[in-house]
Amino acid sequence: MTVDKEMLAQFLLRMGDNTLVLGHRVSEWCGHAPILEEDIALANTALDLIGQTQLWLGHAADVMGEGKSADDLAFLRDVWDFRNVLLLELPNGDFGQTLMRQFLFDAFQSILLPRLMKSTDAEVAAIAAKASKEAAYHVERSADTVVGLGDGTEESHARMQAALEYLWPYVGEMFASDEVDAAMAAAGIAPDPATLRDEYDALVGKVLAEATLSIPSDGFAHKGGRSGKMHTEHLGHMLTQMQWLQRAYPGNTW
Amino acid sequence: MERTVANTSPASVAQIWDWLDKVPDPEIPVISLVDLGVIRDVAYDGDTLVVSVTPTYSGCPATGIINMDIETALRDHGVSKLELRRKLAPAWTTDWLSDKGRAAMQEFGIAPPQPTGGPKKCPNCGSQHVEKLSQFGSTPCKAQWRCTACLEPFDYFKCI
Ligand SMILES: [Zn+2]
Repeated sequence: MTVDKEMLAQFLLRMGDNTLVLGHRVSEWCGHAPILEEDIALANTALDLIGQTQLWLGHAADVMGEGKSADDLAFLRDVWDFRNVLLLELPNGDFGQTLMRQFLFDAFQSILLPRLMKSTDAEVAAIAAKASKEAAYHVERSADTVVGLGDGTEESHARMQAALEYLWPYVGEMFASDEVDAAMAAAGIAPDPATLRDEYDALVGKVLAEATLSIPSDGFAHKGGRSGKMHTEHLGHMLTQMQWLQRAYPGNTW
Repeated sequence: MERTVANTSPASVAQIWDWLDKVPDPEIPVISLVDLGVIRDVAYDGDTLVVSVTPTYSGCPATGIINMDIETALRDHGVSKLELRRKLAPAWTTDWLSDKGRAAMQEFGIAPPQPTGGPKKCPNCGSQHVEKLSQFGSTPCKAQWRCTACLEPFDYFKCI
């Protein structure tokens, strides 16, 4: 079955923009983490995410067929063209909030990527095979840290509970499927994310219970990032940092 | 009759593998790129030599250097028509590390990957009493461990 190219490009932008925006956010910790081991771990996580971005956006650029590169897509698009979920563009907050967000996303990737390894699109399957190995040790580490801090001191517990309450309303967007997801599912390229929710809730519920944290009962979900309808004000600020060199000196290379 | 000059005939595929086995990994220079398992194929496409290379970790900064080192080494050996191809699937695994590479790594002080997910012994004193410090080490492919016998911290090459 053939798939609409624009739809496929949208799907690939969603995958690549998620890893790009989170990769950039995590890289903001470089040189600032509480201890050296955590600094190195965060920088390495960011590297993995940026590496995955090169693959996803590289494939997106090929599908678009306009002669663009992954770099063009990363550095020359503006806020309204980004397709990441809102969760990932939020400012880092403290170390606990950064690791809570990392866990909420890693858990999603660790369920989605193994499914994508069976994609009918060979390049999607190859990228997913590569990325799922990395997601597996990312989620191992972020889950461990969430448990360590949640079930830690009175202060670390309070901060992790606050982080969860702040971030939880952004979780639902990862599963809010639309016509792009329907087209991907019909073509066997990717599962409808809504079908992954039960498995996600089971995994996240188990880890957060171990962390002695309570999941907010309100089911409200902020949306708009992955559809491109609206982003938070934070993404524009982030892009001025991330893109300034190409904006100030167009076409400059190392 | 056309005359063939010996030194312009293309090097054999076996010769190319041999040359590549002399190119050190930029991050662990005691092992070669062939030991690391990133060279997936060497073949001629007409008169162009095609070397297929797979990345270790998708974000590994050494990937660019590895390609440059392959190109430099082969050009130095007189290979003029060369193409490097990125081969993503199947994804790189530490199962592809050669036995020679594993031994050299251990000798160098880096514990080689084990299917159990942790180092077999301290590369410094050989003790089996070791503990994990961090899942991430000095490069994306390594984790930090410590020996509880001699107290030396050491790198462990992660198993993926
Ligand atoms: Zn020791």
